[in-house]
Amino acid sequence: MRAVRLSVVTAAATAAALAAVTGCAQKGDAKGGEADGVTVIAKDDSCEVSKTSFPAGHLKLNVENRGSKVTEVYVLYPDARIVTERENIGPGTKATVTAEIKAGDYEIACKPGMKGDGIKQKVTATAGKGAAAGPKRSPEMDAAVAAYRQYVQAQADETLPKVKTFTDAVRAGDVEAAKKAYADSRIGWERTEPVAESFGDIDPKVDVREDGLEAGQDPAKDWTGWHRLEKALWQDKKIGDREKQLADLLDKDLADWVKRVGKADITPTSMANGAKELLDEVATGKVTGEEERYSHTDLVDFKANVEGAQKSYELLKPVAQKNDPKLVAELDKQFAALNTLLDKYRTDKASYVFTSYDKVGKPERKELSDGVNALAEPLSKLAAAVVK
Amino acid sequence: MSEDTTTTATAEDTRVAGRPEGSAPSRRAVIGWGGAGLALGAAAAGGAVALARGREDDTAPVADTGSAVPFHGAHQAGIATAVQDRLHFASFDVKTTDRAELIQLLKDWTRAAERMTAGHEVGEGAYGGLPEAPPDDTGEALGLKPSRLTLTIGFGPSLFDGRFGLAGKRPAALVDLPKFPGDNLDAARSGGDLCVQACADDPQVAVHAIRNLARIGFGKVAVRWSQLGFGKTSSTTPDAQTPRNLFGFKDGTRNIAGTETDRLEKHVWVSGKDAQGPAAWLDGGSYLVARRIRMNIETWDRTPLAEQEDIFGRDKKEGAPVGKAKEHDEPFLKAMKPDSHVRLAHPDSNGGATILRRGYSFTDGTDGLGRLEAGLFFLAYQRDVRTGFIPVQTSLSRSDALNEYTQHVGSAIFAVPPGVRDKDDWWGRELFA
Repeated sequence: MRAVRLSVVTAAATAAALAAVTGCAQKGDAKGGEADGVTVIAKDDSCEVSKTSFPAGHLKLNVENRGSKVTEVYVLYPDARIVTERENIGPGTKATVTAEIKAGDYEIACKPGMKGDGIKQKVTATAGKGAAAGPKRSPEMDAAVAAYRQYVQAQADETLPKVKTFTDAVRAGDVEAAKKAYADSRIGWERTEPVAESFGDIDPKVDVREDGLEAGQDPAKDWTGWHRLEKALWQDKKIGDREKQLADLLDKDLADWVKRVGKADITPTSMANGAKELLDEVATGKVTGEEERYSHTDLVDFKANVEGAQKSYELLKPVAQKNDPKLVAELDKQFAALNTLLDKYRTDKASYVFTSYDKVGKPERKELSDGVNALAEPLSKLAAAVVK
Repeated sequence: MSEDTTTTATAEDTRVAGRPEGSAPSRRAVIGWGGAGLALGAAAAGGAVALARGREDDTAPVADTGSAVPFHGAHQAGIATAVQDRLHFASFDVKTTDRAELIQLLKDWTRAAERMTAGHEVGEGAYGGLPEAPPDDTGEALGLKPSRLTLTIGFGPSLFDGRFGLAGKRPAALVDLPKFPGDNLDAARSGGDLCVQACADDPQVAVHAIRNLARIGFGKVAVRWSQLGFGKTSSTTPDAQTPRNLFGFKDGTRNIAGTETDRLEKHVWVSGKDAQGPAAWLDGGSYLVARRIRMNIETWDRTPLAEQEDIFGRDKKEGAPVGKAKEHDEPFLKAMKPDSHVRLAHPDSNGGATILRRGYSFTDGTDGLGRLEAGLFFLAYQRDVRTGFIPVQTSLSRSDALNEYTQHVGSAIFAVPPGVRDKDDWWGRELFA
C-alpha cells in the first residue's frame, strides 16, 4: 500500500510535496497504524471523518459503527456518483472500505438505517503540483450528472407503483385492466433504458423478447418479464398461474433495479451517448414495430425514449452551447420536429395514449424513421461537443 | 469530353500528398490549422499531379488503374465518363423547408464528393478523432483506391414545386414522364427531389460514397429509394466489348461514346437555345431518366434461341444485327421483325432520337416466389427528354416483343446541372443564384 502511495506521489514533480506527504505518513505510522487510512466513526446522527484531506491514490476507510442502527458508508463524487461503498455495517462492528481515487473533491457519507441521503462530509484527495488532476470535471458537468442521476432514480421510483397497477391486474386475472396498465408501466424504464440496461442481469429478466432467448432456453420456463406478459394478454388473451407468478417476479426484479439504479456509472459522455442510444432503441425496435409486436404500443416506448434522450440533452446543453452552438440549434430543432411528428399520433398531448402501431402505415413509418435519423445523427455528435 | 486527363492524379499520389500514411493529423491539429491546412493539402496535391502526369494516364485513361476521375469540369463526371463496373444510385426527398439549409447541404455534399472521388476520407477522417464521438468518415473505403468513383447529382421536378423559390426555374424539358403502356410503377421506387449516381469499379467505394452523403444529409434530406447495380450493360468506350444484359444479349451497341464530342454536344449536353430563360442554369448539364426494369428471367430462359434472337434482332453469340456478321455492322432494320427491340429502339425508327445509356444489371435476391428479383437499372442521359427517352420508350412500350419479358417498376427524371468548376463552386450554384 505504501508503495502505491509513493508511486502516486512520485508522479508529483516537486520534492516539497514528497516531503510533506511522507512526513504525514510517518506521523500516522507512529500513531499505531491508524493513519494507515482514514477513520470514520459512524453514529446514528453523525459521521466523523478523521481527516478531510488525504493524498490521492489508494484510499482506505476504517469504519466503526458506534450507533444503534445498521449503516452503510459511501465515497461519492460531487455529482453523487458512487466511487465505492460498503453496506450492512452492523452496530458495534468495524469494516473497511477501499478505493483507488484520483485527485479532486469527494464526499464521504454514512447512512444510518440504510435510508435517505445520509450524513455527508466533504473531503479532498490531494496531488502534488503537476500531478494528474484526475478526470476532467467542471461544476457544470457535475451538476448535469447529478441532476440526471436524480432523474434516473425518480423515474425508477415512479415506475414501481405503475408496475404494481399492472401486476395487480395480472394477479387479479383482469386481462383488460392489465392491457390498459401495460404500456404505462414501461415508460420510466424506457426513458432511462441505457442506464437500466447497464445492469446486465436485470434487463434480460424484465425486457427480453421471445427471440432474445438463447438456444437451449425454454420459453415456457426462461422467458420472463413485460413482453412475456404482453404476449399472454394480447395473443393468448388469458392469464394463468404462470402469468401470476411472472407478475410477482417482475415486481421483484424491478424492485432490484430501483435499488441499484442510483449506483450506475454515469458520466457526461455516457449521458450524451446514452441519449443517442435511446434513439438507436427507437430506430431498431420501435420504428420496426418489433418491440411491442403483440400490444402495438410501440409509440409509447418511442415517446418515452425520446423524452429520456431529451432530458440528457437538456442537462448537457449549457456545456454543449458553449462548445458547439450550431449543434445545439440543430438538436433543438430536430427534437421539436420529432415531438411534433409524434403528436400526430395522439389526440391529447398530456396523455400517453398513442395510435396503435399496426395502424401506422408504411409511408408514415418511413417518415418516423426519417425523423429519428434526422435527430440521432446530430445527437451522435453531442458527446464530442460536451468533452471538447 | 470535359475531363482533362492531364489532371488525373493516381490514388496513391493524392493520398500521400494529402495525408501521409501513419501520420494522420489529430482532430485538434486539423481544427487549429483550419483553412491553412486545407490550402497546403491542395498545393501538395497539385505537386503530385505534376509528378504523376505523363505516360499511363494519357494513353490509357479508362484502364482499370483504380485512378481518380477528376471531379471538377464543365460537365459533371459520371455521364460521358467511361462506364465503371458498379453503381449505387440514390434518390432523396428534401425534408427541410429552409432554402439556406438546402444550399448548405449542397455545399457540404460537394466538398465531401471532392474528397471521396479523390480517394480521401470525408471530413476529419475515419480514425484519430475523439474516442467518445463517431468518426466523420464511416471508414469502409479505407485502403481502397478511388476506383474511378464519380458522383453525379440531379434535381427532380418536385424540387421546383415552390418550397425553395425554384418554381420559375423549372426547365420546360424537365417534364413529368407520361404513363407508358405496361408501366407498373411503385411510388416507393420512383421520383425524388434529388438524386446522386455513384459509379465506381469497386462496389464498396460506391456504397461508401452514398452512405456518407446520406449521413451528412440526415435531417435535411432522406433517402427515398436506392439501387445497387453491377455488370454495366452499356459502354461509353466504343473500342471496348459491349457488355451483355441479364438476358445474355448485347444491347446499346451504338451508344454515344465519351470521346464523340460532336454527338455529346448534339444529343447529351444542354446548351445554346435550350439553355435560355428559366433553363439557363442548366447550360452544360443534361437530363437523366432512371427506370427500374424488372426482367422475367425464368420465362426468358425457357424461350427458344431463335425467338430470343428475333426479339432482340441480333444473334446471341456475336451480337450482329439480323443478316450481318459483326456486332458493329450497320443494321438493316427492314430485315428485322417489326416488333424487334433493336429495330424499335434504333434512332432511324425514332426520328433520330439518341440517348446516352449508362445502365446496370441488378439482382436484389429473390422475390419471395422463388424467382430472381433482377433486371436492368436503365439510366439515360440526353439533351431533351422530349426528343430523347420519351419517343423511344413510347415506341418500345407499344410494340417491343421484349415487353413480354420485362416490366418497368420504377421511374424518375432529373435535371442534371453542369459540372463543379473549382473548389469554390458547388452542386447547383447556378440554380440557386
